[in-house]
Amino acid sequence: MSPTGAAPGRAQSRRTLRRLLSARNVVVAAATALALLLPLFGSNFFVEFVMTRTMILGIAAATIVFLAAYGGMVSLAQYLLAGVAGFMVGNAVVAQDAWSKGLKLGWNPWVAVLFALAVTTAVAFVLGALASRTTGIYFLMITLTYAVIGYYVFGSITPLSGFGGITGIDPPGLFEDHPQRMYLALVVLSVLVYVAFRVLAVTPFGLALQGIRDDPVRMASLGFNVSLHRTLAFTLAGFTAGLAGVFNVWWNGQIDPTSISIGPTLDLLIVAVIGGTLSLEGAWLGAFVFVAANNYLRNLPLVDHIGITEARFNTIVGVLVLLIMILSPDGLAGIIDRIRLGLRRLVHLSRGSGAGPAEAAAGSKP
Amino acid sequence: MLPRWVSRAAVWVPLAAAALWVLVLARNTSAGPAIREPGEFVVTLLDGVTFAGLLFVVASGFTLIFGLMRTVNMAHGSLFLGAAYVAHEIQTNMVGKDANIDARDVSLLAWILPLLAAGAVVALLGLLMQQLLLRWNQGQDLRQALITLAISVIAADQLLAHFGGVAQPLKWPGAVTHFFEIVGERYATSRLFMLGVALLVGALLWLWLNRTRMGMVIRAGVDDQEMVRALGINITLVFAITFVVGSFLAGVGGVLGGSFAGSVAPGVDGAWLLNSLVVVIIGGLGSVKGAVAGSLLYGMVVALSPAYLPAGYTYYSVIFTFALLAVVLAVRPAGLYGRVE
Repeated sequence: MSPTGAAPGRAQSRRTLRRLLSARNVVVAAATALALLLPLFGSNFFVEFVMTRTMILGIAAATIVFLAAYGGMVSLAQYLLAGVAGFMVGNAVVAQDAWSKGLKLGWNPWVAVLFALAVTTAVAFVLGALASRTTGIYFLMITLTYAVIGYYVFGSITPLSGFGGITGIDPPGLFEDHPQRMYLALVVLSVLVYVAFRVLAVTPFGLALQGIRDDPVRMASLGFNVSLHRTLAFTLAGFTAGLAGVFNVWWNGQIDPTSISIGPTLDLLIVAVIGGTLSLEGAWLGAFVFVAANNYLRNLPLVDHIGITEARFNTIVGVLVLLIMILSPDGLAGIIDRIRLGLRRLVHLSRGSGAGPAEAAAGSKP
Repeated sequence: MLPRWVSRAAVWVPLAAAALWVLVLARNTSAGPAIREPGEFVVTLLDGVTFAGLLFVVASGFTLIFGLMRTVNMAHGSLFLGAAYVAHEIQTNMVGKDANIDARDVSLLAWILPLLAAGAVVALLGLLMQQLLLRWNQGQDLRQALITLAISVIAADQLLAHFGGVAQPLKWPGAVTHFFEIVGERYATSRLFMLGVALLVGALLWLWLNRTRMGMVIRAGVDDQEMVRALGINITLVFAITFVVGSFLAGVGGVLGGSFAGSVAPGVDGAWLLNSLVVVIIGGLGSVKGAVAGSLLYGMVVALSPAYLPAGYTYYSVIFTFALLAVVLAVRPAGLYGRVE
């Protein structure tokens, strides 16, 4: 193709890119506004239960997506790290005279948060440093092993928790008896996490991380410390998962090893998979689908007839994931992308035989 | 990469410290220092070796499948649990009692037949899974891991729905449930029997992989799948057979593990997926030799750490599993016999 022919093509593709990006941003901004206004019209159950849980799971799942999309690492340790933060909050805030397990330090809740996040970040750094020299399937296996060992650590080390777990963990006064405030704080935190991850992607660190994802050998020969980048990304993801874990334990009021066992660990992965492991927004979308399915599926009239009750929820989740993995490994976001692609192709076809007005107007802009 | 002396120190310093502790210093532990309590020491070692046998049976199937097909079968623990339940069903039918089965009621046949039948059932299930869900996406390892993970979630839920949350009995045959004396301690024959079965499995596996044409093809396939295919060998068939054998081994492990625990209960699938993962991460994914080494190391840690931790601190033993994993990963990220790709 001649240079004169190539230039408009490139300009057009740049324009398409810009349009796509802004469309994505508009949708995200609208969703954020909707989420912030939700307490005005949503039912209490929907806001304080369904959506609060969605935000917590969304943040935790976003850390999986961040590691997978930018670092090429599918981590199963994120729920463990959230749990570490939760256990640390529990150990720190429960008062000495309370009837519960744990260290019962009786600290100020905000000090406890700092402590929990510091411990979680340190744990994430060590675990990340050990796993960072592997990728792909090895990384998945090692982090799954972390998750299961973490379950046994908190289960068997009774001074920290024991299998009974820690109960009676009160959130700080700001959120105690104010579930709507907690929800709004979670929305704000979700936005911060989302923006931070997206901004990080275009920083030198984020670009190096994506380079390492695509070709670690080349990046190493260019002088980048491959395992250090991976370790730091894992540490950052661990810190963020810790934030979700703090809110999770405030919301639940208790934490036990079963809540970080292999089942919930897979649930979180499933949330990320439903949304699509390469799409950051998908984390929250997947979380919503998961929580909504968990809460509303049993209300469907037919469900009882085929013998799928709430108790068999895991079967439904499993089948859902199986279907997604068979049909579209990129999850719902992938399905949406595919539909969008299909629509555009349709529009393209119809434009070839006489353009639709909107498309024609958009296309004729210089 | 770590400097060489660091990685050497990371291996030898903890080992030397542990040996010194176990031999001389371990007072106030449940086993006591080995020079004073040699019997306890021998029994703990036997515990480690026999448990390693069970670990090997389960993990060898896992590593065999991965070695050839690069499929991490996350449903391996489900096959383990499924086989244990099938064996429980057959055994209770053969013994004719529902609960309170005593090992004395169980004839040798009422153990071997459930073992083979359960192995066959899960081998068939594994084959079905491979043919329907894994065959067409060969090579997409993450996708396959997630597919098998989904299967394990479904299987765990369905088994729970069918067999309930209460532990169901599964017993050794009466012929092997005796005790004998060793260095002044009583020891269960059934644990040695388990080790014997594991050794038999290992020997058969070795013969199959090293002395048959099929084994030769599999070993070649581990090294270079494309080349094997190009030589006109039907590797799809070899894949299917390997999956059958790997699943069968999970099944045999499930029956051994169930008999060893005396019962079958939900949650065992996750625990044994973990055990398989630890063994293959230590030993190196895809290597049968690595499965032997990983099983022995992990079995020893599992047996030694609770016995030689000070009384009142035995709950820290799980830390040692992690420490073992950490040391191996720090020194050899791909495991002891693993290959860096």
